[in-house]
Amino acid sequence: MLLSIRSLTKTFPGTRALDAVDFDLAAGEVHALLGENGAGKSTLIKCLTGAYLRDGGTITLDAAPIDPKSTVEAQDLGIGTVYQEVNLLPNLTVAQNLIFGREPRRFGLIDNRAMRAEARAMLAQYGLDIDVSRDLGSYSVAIQQIIAIARAVALSGKVLILDEPTASLDAREVQMVFEVVRGLRARGLGIIFVSHFLDQVFELSDRITVLRNGRKITTERTADLDRMALIEHMLGRALEDEILHPAPEAAAEHAPLLEFQGFGRNGMIAPFDLKIGAGEVVGLAGLLGAGRTESAQLMFGTPPAQDGTARDGSGPLDLHSPRAAIAAGFGFVPEDRKTDGIIADLSIRENIILGLQARQGWARPIPRAEQNRLADDFIRRLDIRTSGREKPIGELSGGNQQKAVLARWLAMNPRFLILDEPTRGIDVGAHAEILRLIHDLTDAGMSLLVISSEIDELVAVADRVIVVRDRRHVAELTGPRVTADAIMRAIATPEEAA
Amino acid sequence: MPLLKRLAPQLIALAALALLVTLVFPGFLNISVNDGRLVGPVIDVLKRVAPVALLATGMTLVIATRGIDLSVGTIMAICGAFAAWAIAGGWGLVPALLLALGAGALAGLWNGALVAVVGIQPFVATLILMTMGRGIAQLITEGRILTFTNPGFAFFGSGTFLGLPFPAWLWLATGIGAALLMRRTALGLLIEAIGINRRASALAGVNATVLLIAVYIASGLCAALAGIVVTADIRGADANNAGLWLELDAILAVVIGGNSLLGGRFSILASLLGALIIQTIDTGILLAGFPSEYNLVIKAGLVLVILILQSPRIAAEWRVWRDTRTAPQPAAGARP
Repeated sequence: MLLSIRSLTKTFPGTRALDAVDFDLAAGEVHALLGENGAGKSTLIKCLTGAYLRDGGTITLDAAPIDPKSTVEAQDLGIGTVYQEVNLLPNLTVAQNLIFGREPRRFGLIDNRAMRAEARAMLAQYGLDIDVSRDLGSYSVAIQQIIAIARAVALSGKVLILDEPTASLDAREVQMVFEVVRGLRARGLGIIFVSHFLDQVFELSDRITVLRNGRKITTERTADLDRMALIEHMLGRALEDEILHPAPEAAAEHAPLLEFQGFGRNGMIAPFDLKIGAGEVVGLAGLLGAGRTESAQLMFGTPPAQDGTARDGSGPLDLHSPRAAIAAGFGFVPEDRKTDGIIADLSIRENIILGLQARQGWARPIPRAEQNRLADDFIRRLDIRTSGREKPIGELSGGNQQKAVLARWLAMNPRFLILDEPTRGIDVGAHAEILRLIHDLTDAGMSLLVISSEIDELVAVADRVIVVRDRRHVAELTGPRVTADAIMRAIATPEEAA
Repeated sequence: MPLLKRLAPQLIALAALALLVTLVFPGFLNISVNDGRLVGPVIDVLKRVAPVALLATGMTLVIATRGIDLSVGTIMAICGAFAAWAIAGGWGLVPALLLALGAGALAGLWNGALVAVVGIQPFVATLILMTMGRGIAQLITEGRILTFTNPGFAFFGSGTFLGLPFPAWLWLATGIGAALLMRRTALGLLIEAIGINRRASALAGVNATVLLIAVYIASGLCAALAGIVVTADIRGADANNAGLWLELDAILAVVIGGNSLLGGRFSILASLLGALIIQTIDTGILLAGFPSEYNLVIKAGLVLVILILQSPRIAAEWRVWRDTRTAPQPAAGARP
């Protein structure tokens, strides 16, 4: 074995990110590392590259134990990494990026001619013949990605870690990068490949290791593993334990409320059709990066859709911006609470009334007494745990922040509310409360679109589930067909479920 | 009262400075009535602080949105030049004032559009007008100091109203008016929200683009008022020197006022006190009779001391020190 990891353990306050994980990488192998968000993939990689210090376990490279304490040290040992976002310097030339830090010198000055020649020779190994004196930023992301790979291989040369290298590439560019990776495999490098795109994993990798909740679930040869089994490993459920939808008969009764037709935008989500009924809960299922959040963002005008129309019973809707969507009676509880949800330094009261105030306009301030009443009312109704309404929202726990952001939208009483991962990163108690709240809302006639990675959660709340895969809406499950089994099948193999 | 608590550090610093100046110049707090107007060093401070106080009012709003406006000194020069040009050209008082204010608003619109629509960093966006603007002012004045005689216009710089210099009334009315506008409407909250998290605010439906442009226009209008005051005071427009470096004093006033350069919570009244602190230092150094070459060094030293004493860390350490002094000392060995 080229690289061998034994019982690697890493603990963060409150969570065991890696729990005695074993991992082997042979020379001349592409080894895919898979798992849902929070499974421990990036922690493993960071322990390997010295970005994190491990708490326990051993790492051996070429039969010698190693203990990298920084990415530079890992690089010197032979472990190089290429990330999703190219982490080179776009305003330097290709040659400067490639040779950065070890420039050839002549009389103490950088020898530019020698540097360009060396850079050209490096890229020639990858079949790339480009002008190395141009700025890196002037080339496509695929070429930049190959240059990043060339640099990482030149610096380290034994193990190459590719962390979502194809996330921002189109199909043709993906093949370009794959050719390069295959060439490196033939040269005997060990390659760790992290990707959300299962098609690419099956196309490129020799073996697959699945992590879940910080544990290694399995390592198998790609040829021996089918899609279904892989997804079972990733999501941690066998297909037999079917959960029937609790209220299948309710599915057909919703009066139509909204209709999206051919709604889409290049690079985000292929055009889709979607009807939403009054008081209906529609679930969006799919693996991370499949296009769930993107679908929701388009409906909320951030960014606006390029194609398609949206209409309700009375005519077409203008959804070109969040303000327009709010005017159309939409609401959006985003996935990333910190950057998109809370205004950390403002109080709970101010966070709750912000949306309402923005809709009323600056000239008609909500009277303070009314603000206090609203805030106290929601703190009580949603059971937000706080010492008072004037506490800065940033000081609350995640679940309580989420409830306060939810309160902001409930105060505006939307007819259609989008919840993107409403229970991500909150504790079990708050989790159940938010699910209960979803039921209460639809009983009151509000329509919901719920995005969730937790299939059980969707089965529990949704009347209908849309499955998204590779940036496309591929299947729709209604009523009694909303089962964990069917959703997982649709995520893995759309043909079977559709 | 929360407002008093917010302003306490600035009020204490101002009082301490007044005391310090009185020690070296005993007549500092003397006020006499002369010909129906109040006279004295303190009144002089209230008059001379006008340009910086006006600029600080607009600057507070810009900084609350996590921005900065480096061009206000230059906007003063442009607006002063327009006003002087219009007065000298016989437009009359009101059209001249409107022209100056219009120029200020337009300059603010330019800055705001660069920041909010084009997406240039505020520092760079306003740097453009800061450097280019003096050229515009010089074109208007044709490179000369454009002088005029118009008693009505001169009143804005050196007139007296109800015993106080008119510039003092102007900055008090502008500053307090702006503070009331912010807190009696929802503007203050919305501006703080986009300063803390523009993305989340926009998703909640706050019209961040329009608000951003509006605060830069407000800053431009405040700079226009400041430009009118200094032009009226010297009865001439000096494109090269009007408002020179004043943007830095205005930023300093906002910072002494305890407002974070990272945006968010703001207090216009605290910035006004910050401006008063700076002007008291300036006037105090002059009155104390130090050789003029010492002025800037002494000013820098005093500002540094005030900022350090106001910093939250010092406040926290002071609390710890106080608590350990007043808390009963535990007997040795009382705790395991």
